[in-house]
Parts: sequence; C-alpha cells; structure tokens
Amino acid sequence: MDILVCVKRVPDPAGNEIQLNRAGNDIERDDLVYAVNEWDNYAVEEAIQIVDKAGGSVTVVSVGTDEDEEILRREMAMGAEKGVLLTDDAFNDADGYKTAAILSAYVGKNKFDLILTGAQADAGAGQVGGMMAAMLDLPYASLVNKIEVDSDTALTIGREIEGGNQEISSIELPCVLSIQTGINEPRYVSIRGIRKVASLEIPVFDAAGIGFSDSGVKMQRLEYFQPELGAGAEMLDGSDEEMADKVVELLKAKGGLK
Amino acid sequence: MAAIYIYLSHKNGVLDETALELVTAAKAIDAAAQATAIVLGAAGEAEQAAKEAAQSFATVWCVANDALAQPNAEIARKVLLAIVPAGSIVLAANDTFAMDLTPGLSIKMGASFASDATGIEGVEDGKLKVVRQEYGGAVSTRSLADLTGGAVITVRAGAFAPDESKSAGGQVVDKSGEVSDFSSKRTFVKIIEAETGDVDITKSEVLVAVGRGIEEEDNIGMVHDLAKAMGADVCCSRPIVDAKWLEKARQVGTSGQTVKPKVYLALGISGSFQHMGGIKGNPFIVAVNKNPNAPIFQTADVGVVADILDFIPLLQEKIG
Repeated sequence: MDILVCVKRVPDPAGNEIQLNRAGNDIERDDLVYAVNEWDNYAVEEAIQIVDKAGGSVTVVSVGTDEDEEILRREMAMGAEKGVLLTDDAFNDADGYKTAAILSAYVGKNKFDLILTGAQADAGAGQVGGMMAAMLDLPYASLVNKIEVDSDTALTIGREIEGGNQEISSIELPCVLSIQTGINEPRYVSIRGIRKVASLEIPVFDAAGIGFSDSGVKMQRLEYFQPELGAGAEMLDGSDEEMADKVVELLKAKGGLK
Repeated sequence: MAAIYIYLSHKNGVLDETALELVTAAKAIDAAAQATAIVLGAAGEAEQAAKEAAQSFATVWCVANDALAQPNAEIARKVLLAIVPAGSIVLAANDTFAMDLTPGLSIKMGASFASDATGIEGVEDGKLKVVRQEYGGAVSTRSLADLTGGAVITVRAGAFAPDESKSAGGQVVDKSGEVSDFSSKRTFVKIIEAETGDVDITKSEVLVAVGRGIEEEDNIGMVHDLAKAMGADVCCSRPIVDAKWLEKARQVGTSGQTVKPKVYLALGISGSFQHMGGIKGNPFIVAVNKNPNAPIFQTADVGVVADILDFIPLLQEKIG
C-alpha cells in the first residue's frame, strides 16, 4: 500500500508559551521552538506500521519553506521512505482551503492508496483532510483512532466519537483519513537516526511542478486577540511555600481534603 | 443576504441540546433572518426530531430514509447538496459528526469554511465575521469568511446561549422525495462503548487532575501520592492517556468522562475547551500551571503560577 502523510511544522506546544505579539496581529514568533504537528506524527507512525504489515511505501509531504525540511527528515528518520516539499511564493498565506488545494494537486500527479493527515494542527480547524477528500472525490473519515487493513480495496477503521466511544466502519480504498492522537505510540527518533537520513534528497516542487492553479483564499484572518472566557481566577502570590499553604487552606475550606 | 440553513443533530429522534444554541448563532449572522432547520434520519426518528425543531424554527426540512439510521457523513453530504440552494450559509454544531461532514461539504458547495466558531459578528460587505480559537485556546482570532459561494460554519457547543423560547410554531416540510442517492463508500459497522476502569471518576467528589506539565511517566507516582493524602481520585487530560501513562477511563473531557466533583485540583493542565467541557456542576477549581497565560486561569477559581514538579511535593508535605 502506498501511503501519503501530510505533515505541518508548527510551534511546539510543549516548548512554548503561546502569546500575542506586541502589535496584536499575530502570535509572538520570536524564539519559538518548532516541531512536527503532534497529530501528524501519530499519522506517520500509523502509516509506517501499516506498511510494516502490508508492504508498500510511506511518503511524507509538507507545504512550506526550506525550514520544513527539518520535520520531513525527522519523519524520514522514523521510517518514512520519502519526503517531499511543496514550496512556492504562490503558496504563502494559504488558508485551509488553499492548503488542501495545493496538497490535492500533488496527489493528482501521483498515485496513493491511502492519504493520512493529522486530525488538526495549530489552528485547531480540522479541515484539510476532509477538504482534500472532497476535492479528490475520495471517501473520508475524521478522528480515526484505529486502522485495520482488510484487503487491497478496504479498511476497517475506528473513529473517536463523543464520550470516548468508538465508531467502527469499513471504508473503500483509496481514501483520506485524519488521525487522532493516541492511535499508537510514535517511535522515538534518535539523533543518529536523523543523521542517517541527513543526506537523502528531498524533492521540491513548485506550483507549476504540481499543476496548481491558484483560486485564492476564502478565509481571511483580521486579527489575533486574547480570549476573555470568564472573570478569571484569583491568582495567588508569594513564594511557592506560601502559595502551597494557601492552597491547602482553601482545599480544606472547600471540602477538598478528607 | 444568503439564506441560512441549520443542520441539527439528534439521537434516536431527540434533538441535541445544541439545537437551541444554533437558533442564537443564526441570529448573530443576521438578526432578521428566518433560518431553516434541517433534520435527517431514519423513518420515524427524523419526523420526531423535526417536530421538536418546529418549536424553535419557522421551517424545518425533514429527510427520512433508513439509509440515514446510522451516522454517515458521506450520505448526509449528498442529501444536503441535493436540497440546500447554492450560495447558502450552513450552520452546524461542532460535534464529531460535523467534523466528518462539514469540511468536504464546503468544498462541494464552493463555500468558505470555519470550524468551531466561538463567536459570530454579522455580515459586512459580503463577508461573515467569525471568532474562533487557535493554539488550544491560548489566542483567539477574528476572520472574514467570503460569502460569494456561501459558507459552512460549525459552532462550539456552549458558545451561544440557548434560545429557550420555543415559540416558532413552525412547519415541517418533507423533503425525502427530493433525494435519490443514498450510496456511500463507507459503511457503518458498530459502536464500541468506552471502557470503564477500576476507578469511576464520574462519582468522585474530589479530583486531582494531571496534564502535560507532569513531563514524564515516572512523575505520575507523586500525583497518586498527593491524591491519596487528600482522599481524592486521580484523573487526567488527554495527553496523559495518549502517552499511556494513565488509563482512558481516567480522562476528563469531551472525548472522555464527564465529572461532577466538588473540588478539582488541576495540575499542569492548560485548560483546553475539550478538557473543561468534561467538568460539570461548577466545582471549586484550583489550577497550578507554570504558564501564566494558560487558558485554565480564565475558568479556575484560584490560580497558582508554579512548576508542578516543585509544587506537588510541597503540597504533599503540607498535607502530610
């Protein structure tokens, strides 16, 4: 089975405190640590596990700039055979619709049996996989937390639905699936592993190379701002020692200690 | 002004509580708009849900077919494309079915798409102003959705106040005859219910919740120790279950358990809406997080900016 996994380079949620920049028109991007989108990493692991059992190949693709090579190589060190970078000035400021159109153009020039994306990325939209499936006229499922290969033409999949229940379906190949975290345990990537793939060539395609014709964006971001969800917590101050005393006192008063 | 259609979720013919919130969301697009509700489902159930919807919507379109007995977004998309006019605005609650349905629906309609909206601020110059969150709720954005080809917008549960008036006295229009294609390349098999663990956190009065801030599996032990000293049970946010450090039955959130404790001590949890959505009954929430901008500080009662790896042992020592 030939599998394509779409990956995105995003600010690492574990390594950053995301906040507004001074102008309020973006998040503060100075000194951000970037990583592969967590959901995408699960998708790559799943693709590798499928190919280990059923044979085939795993290709990882990203829409971005030279800086994205680093995450492609990381996923190649996990075991993806091939990395592909799609880069062009025409791809700048893409919304979900345009990103899906770029990736679909690349898929159209190749042949894949299964296309995986993460269930969501940094913007939390959860849109690119479903849009690609519609553009390519392929069946789709979101929030996938289980994949079993039944045959060359069908999979049994599980989706995570409300309350932690799992919806089981069968789906025809080729198809597009967006992968939920927790579907597997992504393997550790060693520095040695990354060194081993450091010299592998990563093919780069521009808009003309994938036959992408730009039909613009449909969503335009005006501004970022800090959400106001409620009155906010009473923030304790003082040393850790003093705050711990206060927390214990409050827990006692509210019935939090038995 | 584009016509507004509202896709309503129901379970066995009973509308989801988000239906009343979508009445309010439609008014946020255009206060004067007469939105049309759409209900799909198996024969019997669809009509029942449509009748309920007619209390809140002047017009309810109903498509009843046994092919719609189980959730299947591919079939639902075909039905909606067959009955919704081009250029319309389609609203739906951002549930797991909408996540399957709506991105692809927007493409087939040629519409713009925004998911999980927390606010809608009307239409200006042919564009709909939408508020949503990014980076797990750390920041919000205001965006313009181009309405040239219509729009598909999903709305976060709880973001709009429910319209309880139920005074529409609406009529149900049977649209079943306008749809002929119910085929799909995906087939529903079954639902597997979530496993229950050795501790039932839905019954706990005091919960110690642990999140990503615990950093390593070896540190989970100190959370168990603290909970034991407090007479509390341990629960967690999603990343802890994904890492297999605690079992799924201990996960609080929209994709896990819904809990109703009196006291909730959140340790190293950022407070995404998916997590907070699993906490009901207005407990007293104490949050400890080293990031002063963590969203949980907006909903907690008391906040402590500290590294939980230092703070947990301090609490343990003081509780003894």
